[in-house]
Amino acid sequence: MEKKKTPMPEQEPFERIKNFNEVALGYDEEDAVKEAGRCLACKKPSCVKGCPVEIDIPGFISFIKERKFDEAISKIKEKNSLPAICGRVCPQETQCEELCVLGKKDEPVAIGRLERFVADWERKKGMKTPQKVVPTGKKIAVIGSGPAGLTCAADLAKLGYSVTIFESLHKTGGVLMYGIPEFRMPKAIVETEINYIQQLGVEIRTDMVVGKSIGVDELLQDFDAVFIGTGAGLPMFMHIPGENLNGVYSANEFLTRVNLMKAYRFPEYDTPVRVGKRVAVVGAGNVAMDSARTALRLGAEESLIVYRRSEKEMPARKEEVEHAKEEGVRFMLLTNPVKIFGDEYGFVKKMECIQMKLGEPDESGRRRPVPVKGSEFTVDVDTVIVAIGQNPNPLVPKTMKGLEVGKHGNIIADEDGRTSIKGVFAGGDIATGAATVISAMGMGKKAATTIDKYVMEKK
Amino acid sequence: MSKIIRKENLAENTKLFDIEAKLIAEKCLPGQFVILRLDETGERIPLTVADFDRNRGVITIVVQEVGKTTFQLGEMKIGDSLLDFIGPLGNPSEIEKFGKVICVGGGVGIAPIYPIARALKEKGNKITSIIGARSKNLLFWEEKMRNVSDELIVTTDDGSYGRKAVVTVPLKEILDSEKIERVVAIGPPAMMKFVAKTTLPYKVKTIVSLNSIMVDGTGMCGACRCKIGEETRFACVDGPEFDAHLVDFDLLMSRQKMYLDEEKKALKRFKGSINYGEKENTHA
Ligand SMILES: Cc1cc2nc3c(=O)[nH]c(=O)nc-3n(C[C@H](O)[C@H](O)[C@H](O)COP(=O)(O)OP(=O)(O)OC[C@H]3O[C@@H](n4cnc5c(N)ncnc54)[C@H](O)[C@@H]3O)c2cc1C
Ligand SMILES: Cc1cc2nc3c(=O)[nH]c(=O)nc-3n(C[C@H](O)[C@H](O)[C@H](O)COP(=O)(O)OP(=O)(O)OC[C@H]3O[C@@H](n4cnc5c(N)ncnc54)[C@H](O)[C@@H]3O)c2cc1C
Ligand code: FES
Repeated sequence: MEKKKTPMPEQEPFERIKNFNEVALGYDEEDAVKEAGRCLACKKPSCVKGCPVEIDIPGFISFIKERKFDEAISKIKEKNSLPAICGRVCPQETQCEELCVLGKKDEPVAIGRLERFVADWERKKGMKTPQKVVPTGKKIAVIGSGPAGLTCAADLAKLGYSVTIFESLHKTGGVLMYGIPEFRMPKAIVETEINYIQQLGVEIRTDMVVGKSIGVDELLQDFDAVFIGTGAGLPMFMHIPGENLNGVYSANEFLTRVNLMKAYRFPEYDTPVRVGKRVAVVGAGNVAMDSARTALRLGAEESLIVYRRSEKEMPARKEEVEHAKEEGVRFMLLTNPVKIFGDEYGFVKKMECIQMKLGEPDESGRRRPVPVKGSEFTVDVDTVIVAIGQNPNPLVPKTMKGLEVGKHGNIIADEDGRTSIKGVFAGGDIATGAATVISAMGMGKKAATTIDKYVMEKK
Repeated sequence: MSKIIRKENLAENTKLFDIEAKLIAEKCLPGQFVILRLDETGERIPLTVADFDRNRGVITIVVQEVGKTTFQLGEMKIGDSLLDFIGPLGNPSEIEKFGKVICVGGGVGIAPIYPIARALKEKGNKITSIIGARSKNLLFWEEKMRNVSDELIVTTDDGSYGRKAVVTVPLKEILDSEKIERVVAIGPPAMMKFVAKTTLPYKVKTIVSLNSIMVDGTGMCGACRCKIGEETRFACVDGPEFDAHLVDFDLLMSRQKMYLDEEKKALKRFKGSINYGEKENTHA
């Protein structure tokens, strides 16, 4: 048997940094069947334990082996209504694939790539229209249309609830739409998944800023329960001098301009974005990688990742770090910005940084970076993108009396999605702080079950 | 989709639109704003609510044509629809019984000051309003403002109408002659900056509404960040109104210039397209 995963066909780095098309091109049927053949179909599969939504992984893979792709996708969709998305952005290396027994000696089965393959296969063929279910006559409001809200809405619709999603932006999909770039998460795919959810009968109302356009208290009068999935949309800044200069962006702003507002097609689209020649991205998570790679595609000559810890601690998916390196993103590790300087017009000119070294482990278990005295130096940059994390979005919690929130403004919800207010449930990044697509989906799903129980018992 | 049901030319390059927006009209309060997007390729731009009619479900906006989006809006007709119309956003003005209040509106800022003056008047405050513009052809709503003010002063920079002065001249005279509880000023950043400078020595609480560049208007991006005292705040969710004496106006003005080159390019391209027979595209 092959020791390594069947390679993923990809656009060549020198090509792809000139376009916004998807980097990973996806398996064809032969690749998929070949890769599926590597699965040992363990009786007691460990991979499933690594999956936050417990997809029957050996189950769908054996269907692929037999070229029964229809059955394979149905198997996945028993647990996961957004497989084309998860197959692309899940951190499989720390979830299912980490636990695959093959991984002990060789490379694990490429579970994510197989998931993506069947989802794409179904989409190309045309998705089945979902069956209509008997309506319960009960109404549920879902706030936010990211992975948490979409999953919760889909599951409740399948149970016969009449679900309305309230989304503040003009487009549905949350981070999938405004954050993750086209070259990693094609927007057409997100739209197909959303269409599917609409076919389930879910009504989507965009341009509705809950807490402003309509209050949660009002929703509670019209609906039997409310699910809050408003995400972690509050950008963090470094609070260093010069951070308000022109040319300093939060990653959220930079990516929203490019992805949601399509600034990469300015002036055909009206929203502009400035990149300049040299771009520094502060941070080393997925958001930082996406920003650095986007900057290259917008014409930056140099794109730097500035990160205060070392490569080992970088929170981004491994694949994305590899992609960034292949594309020429330069990594300045163990480096922390201390000050940004502007020119006489208020535009960024250079950034002063300090070298760091790793000290004792901190509460996260990672070794704490400490500054090396006297090691300051400056780099010339035109743009600085701050990608050091996001906090939960305070807009909804702030307007709700009696809703318990945690230290970082996250809504406190129990395992099943219950908050401190009766009839109000929450899940995804608003409850956990910035996490992953699949964990948001997992919580959306859990909450759907809890809401069903709650509404049925309430009568 | 939100339909335009009335359009009026108020002054040079300044137009009024009544927009059908039932939900927003139900909720909105003086000082709040909306964000609109004209079409699929459009930018999200913020505009202050200039008036609202809860019964008819109508929001009034007053727009000064300064660039691509505002000129494109200016070309739209009654019956046309805006693709997105979102709000009400931001915090409402603080409307209390303060006593004697001066409301200052400069240029297109006359529109957003109007509902604030009205609400303050209804609360029982004594209102002196000062409205000003560069020149007569840029003034509007004199009668409307007079109706909600105990006293109204009109100024133009060039003296073509009313008193030849900038708004801070009569403002200072009043501050010298009587005790004022509060000043609310909306207009170009430079005007607001000088209003703040004028009132500072008198220690009169002064409120301004900041028009920083915005994208989402919900606190998600930080494009609108401003410096208020030592703190960075987001104008869209923490404002748009702030204590004028704490605002870093130079930063605001500098940040507004972030995209000057791109804005010029977009406007030129738009004007080119409406002059050379592509007009139907922008109107379809
Ligand atoms: C650039 C970027 C790259 C990422 N890459 C990955 C990756 O590769 N893999 C991975 O697993 N995770 C990744 N993540 C994280 C992942 O996207 C999030 O964890 C996930 O989207 C959280 O889902 P959610 O549904 O909780 O919230 P979100 O996706 O944030 O959705 C929340 C929605 O609620 C809306 N909303 C907010 N406030 C209101 C309101 N008041 N009224 C109405 N609607 C409101 C928002 O507009 C938004 O649409 C990435 C995140 C970013 C920003
Ligand atoms: C809270 C708030 C309330 C406002 N209320 C009004 C109002 O009632 N009437 C009115 O005429 N104008 C108002 N403005 C200003 C208005 O939003 C801008 O004039 C408009 O966005 C310009 O767009 P444009 O494409 O026509 O011009 P552009 O050529 O794009 O820009 C011209 C200037 O407008 C500013 N601007 C550009 N894009 C934005 C943006 N997305 N957000 C904010 N400012 C931008 C910049 O300073 C720029 O230099 C308000 C702005 C804010 C933030
Ligand atoms: S406009 Fe994005 S945070 Fe204010």
